Amino acid sequence: MSNPPVEDFATDFDHTDPRWVADPYPIWDDLRERCPVAHTNRYGGAWLPTRHADVTAIAHDTDHFTSRTVVVGNGRPTEEAPPAPIGVAPPITSDPPFHSHARRLLQPVFAPARVDALEPYVRELCGRLLDPFVGSSSIDASLDFAEHIPVAVISKMLGFPEEDGEIFRGFVHEILEAVDLPQEERFERFAPIEEYFVARIEEHQADPQDDLTTFLLNAEIGGQPLAPEHVFGSMVLLIVAGIDTTWSALGASIWHLAQHPEDLERLIAEPTLLPVAIEEFLRAYAPVTMARLVIEDLDFEGCPMRKDDWVLLSFPAANRDPEVFEDADKVIIDRAVNRHAAFGLGIHRCLGSNLARMELRVALEEWLARFGSFTLSNPEAVEWSQGQVRGPRVLPITLG
Amino acid sequence: MRVVIDSEKCQGHGRCFALAPELFESDDLGQGLVIGDGQVAPGQAQAAHLAEQNCPEYAISLVE
Ligand code: HEM
Ligand code: SF4
Repeated sequence: MSNPPVEDFATDFDHTDPRWVADPYPIWDDLRERCPVAHTNRYGGAWLPTRHADVTAIAHDTDHFTSRTVVVGNGRPTEEAPPAPIGVAPPITSDPPFHSHARRLLQPVFAPARVDALEPYVRELCGRLLDPFVGSSSIDASLDFAEHIPVAVISKMLGFPEEDGEIFRGFVHEILEAVDLPQEERFERFAPIEEYFVARIEEHQADPQDDLTTFLLNAEIGGQPLAPEHVFGSMVLLIVAGIDTTWSALGASIWHLAQHPEDLERLIAEPTLLPVAIEEFLRAYAPVTMARLVIEDLDFEGCPMRKDDWVLLSFPAANRDPEVFEDADKVIIDRAVNRHAAFGLGIHRCLGSNLARMELRVALEEWLARFGSFTLSNPEAVEWSQGQVRGPRVLPITLG
Repeated sequence: MRVVIDSEKCQGHGRCFALAPELFESDDLGQGLVIGDGQVAPGQAQAAHLAEQNCPEYAISLVE
């Protein structure tokens, strides 16, 4: 099912439009010049800031913009979803002051030292995925490689079987990509997800483990154990937030290198440049766009925003703003000054950013150690995801 | 020259301790911390500037 084609992105934008899905950058660059806060009547009314300054201002303004739901859809969450400040998936759907409690709980789990301890596992996993392709002439960098990494890592952290990855990817699709379905149908699709998690929670209650699920079950806020909806919501969030995003960032990095042999050669010759290059891939191909809802009518930069209007908070568009980034439209793998917002801005800064960076670095190191030269098999065959997380879902690569 | 983090602005993006590990570290929650009194030794000026210029929240400043 698809929406009618967009007439003018300034007044009728739609992030599921095939032109946006194929190549959103010219659309945002045009809007930034001509109409920096675009509007659409679709989805019951939504706004799209494309300047870094406006994205920053809205991300920081939790008094006027709520995170109650962060995925734009046709309905509004008011009746079905637990109200702010907790929301369905704390902390991402929480507002202050509850947000900081829900976030603080998870912060130690994703702090650098804890993440570093997972590096050997990620390296072994990447080797296991890539070794069968050494000596072959092709691989799908998305289907055979990138999509398997974050899902295995978060399963391991939560203490779920590694082979359940396939199930999670289905969940993520249901939640993130099915934005143009009616609200009711989306809720129906949620039932098997709930069933799966409740089963894992019950297993862990009966037999506690040294993992993130047991950690959440034992966690307390203000001396009280977390509400069951909170535990469930946070688990769903970790699955949804960690999988598509990292998979997309890794896929986009490989997609870039497959088309830029000069960058590929340089990274192989100068491996210490890789972390700098990763920041540039994150800037230029930032995968994640979030949403906010307007809390009450307000005037933002001359735009009459109304209560319950969506704001599509495009960190990817902010990252292409020439006011903040020199040669914003060029991918410069040794860009030294790079204040990018790929992991968001303000209180919801991606909790998994240390983990995602480690996964990206290790995955690219292991890929480059095996494949010194590669190209896109067929640029036309690359398929990009639709929705608020952007990345290549099909990425056939010719090796050698 | 000294480096300073405005902890009200810091959201733990972690660019500072990645780019200038002699000057910054992470606390147990992943928030940025200045090591010691933040004094920048002569050889560390470039790292200090890089950290300041890469903090997404504009939380780092260099003071005399
Ligand atoms: C390259 C990969 C990733 C990108 C680009 C990314 C991006 C983002 C962004 C932009 C936000 C801000 C949301 C907002 O402002 O509403 C966010 C939040 C979040 N991310 Fe990530 N993410 C990535 C990977 C991960 C991973 C691997 C995990 C964990 C397993 C994770 C967990 C979270 C959580 C829990 C939040 C909510 C934080 C809060 O609300 O306080 N992310 N992410
Ligand atoms: S780079 Fe900035 S936001 Fe990130 S940890 Fe350092 S001071 Fe904090």
